[in-house]
Amino acid sequence: MGARFADSVAPAATFVVIVLLWEGLCRVFAVPSFVLPRPSDIVIAAGAVEWSQWLGHLWATLQIVLIGYFLSIAISIPLAIVLTNSRLLSRTIVPMLVIVQSTPIVAIAPIIVVTLGAEMLPRVVITCLITFFPLVVSTTTGLRATPEELIELSRSLRAPRVREFMQIRLPYAVPYIFSALKVCVTLAVIGAVVAEFVAAQRGLGYLILYDTSLFKVPQAFAALVILVGVSLLLYRLVVWVERRFFPWALPRGVS
Amino acid sequence: MAVPVISLDDVGQSFVSRDGQRLEALAGIALSVERHEFVAIIGPSGCGKSTILRQVAGLLRPTAGVVAVNGLQVSEPRDDIGLVFQRPTLLPWLRVLDNVTFPMKHKTGRVDDACRARARALLAKVGLADFESRRPDELSGGMQQRVAIARALLQDPDILLMDEPFSALDALTRDEMALELLRIMDETPKTVLFVTHSIPEALLLADRIVVMTARPGRVREVMDVPFARPRGLATMEDPQFNHLANEIRQQVFSRRVA
Repeated sequence: MGARFADSVAPAATFVVIVLLWEGLCRVFAVPSFVLPRPSDIVIAAGAVEWSQWLGHLWATLQIVLIGYFLSIAISIPLAIVLTNSRLLSRTIVPMLVIVQSTPIVAIAPIIVVTLGAEMLPRVVITCLITFFPLVVSTTTGLRATPEELIELSRSLRAPRVREFMQIRLPYAVPYIFSALKVCVTLAVIGAVVAEFVAAQRGLGYLILYDTSLFKVPQAFAALVILVGVSLLLYRLVVWVERRFFPWALPRGVS
Repeated sequence: MAVPVISLDDVGQSFVSRDGQRLEALAGIALSVERHEFVAIIGPSGCGKSTILRQVAGLLRPTAGVVAVNGLQVSEPRDDIGLVFQRPTLLPWLRVLDNVTFPMKHKTGRVDDACRARARALLAKVGLADFESRRPDELSGGMQQRVAIARALLQDPDILLMDEPFSALDALTRDEMALELLRIMDETPKTVLFVTHSIPEALLLADRIVVMTARPGRVREVMDVPFARPRGLATMEDPQFNHLANEIRQQVFSRRVA
């Protein structure tokens, strides 16, 4: 009973208490809604906007998140394989990756928009840029974490290099890849929002910027809540995929 | 006399370390193993025992001398050799049966029914007939190592190279596994090179024991083990057993003290 309470009821109860406290304190101290809207204000503001409009903004952002995320996966995993395979490429490409990663993404976002135009492309690129470094690093670490004995076994069988990667190294890297996938899915949401701040006519990030410029703070909060929800949902989705399809990759007792 | 299955002639191995220093791991190793002979290599850690196995498997090219299998110099990795490592190193995402058939899958890209049948027979031989659908992490360390042994035997290799295969197991399981290996080798004799640092294990299993010294690794003594086969627990109670164990222990130690 105690364990079940700690697992399920306690987090939900904490959340409810915080929302109630927020509502209560805002009422008691009469905080103006453009400074800090009450939860009830946010709900009302959310209801004031048409569903189809919310969905339009949500879809605009989600599109960028998903395209950027999957593109990033499609680039980083093959890149990690190449880096694991070649010392020369590893020496030449990795320093460049570090430079890209060290560049504040928010700082280059406007430059990317100028270079690539104000369409979807720059937003996808920005999302890619923010997500792909952790993926490359984690995947490379995973590919290199394969026990040496298995590589020796592979070599003694004179198996093609492709099979060494497909049947040994990549599956071994799965736990590493998933830990990066979990981090990156939330980073992808950040990337999409940053991109929308810089140049967009639609999307939840754009909406927050637009609403705050008009002091429609409750509505901005509503957009923020949706963003958090999207982020959490995507994270849960990645966790689900890992548990469903790669249960052996989890530490014992988790599944 | 017939050509020995494994022969090492004046074999040396040196490595260049990161700071450019030359490290001699093995020097002047001469050794030959006859067909279906069980040879144990024993010595302090760092004496290059495992290096010898890697040379025989063709995973490492000796920097001096000649390593030959069936009279032919080893120049590339060979797949007619079964490898068993210190850790079971099974693939955690594959069932036990698929782990046993993995060498075939990895080498040819597919596994046929005959291969699966052979894998089942091998699992029965190592006492894991009922476990073929389990995942490796559901098995104990000893059971995992049995699977690794079955995997090594899949292609019915004539040569089995075992690199401290039982040293990661607890003492009881270790003895059990050694007796198990004795039984398997009685049923299907192989030419075995067995690296260990357990003297009783070497005495129980081997026909001959190669005692090595370290830095660089050299053969100090090759000793015949006189116990008749089949061997078993009773072999360890032979008064000669302790006597020989002490003798080997002294040889391993004498050099280190000097």
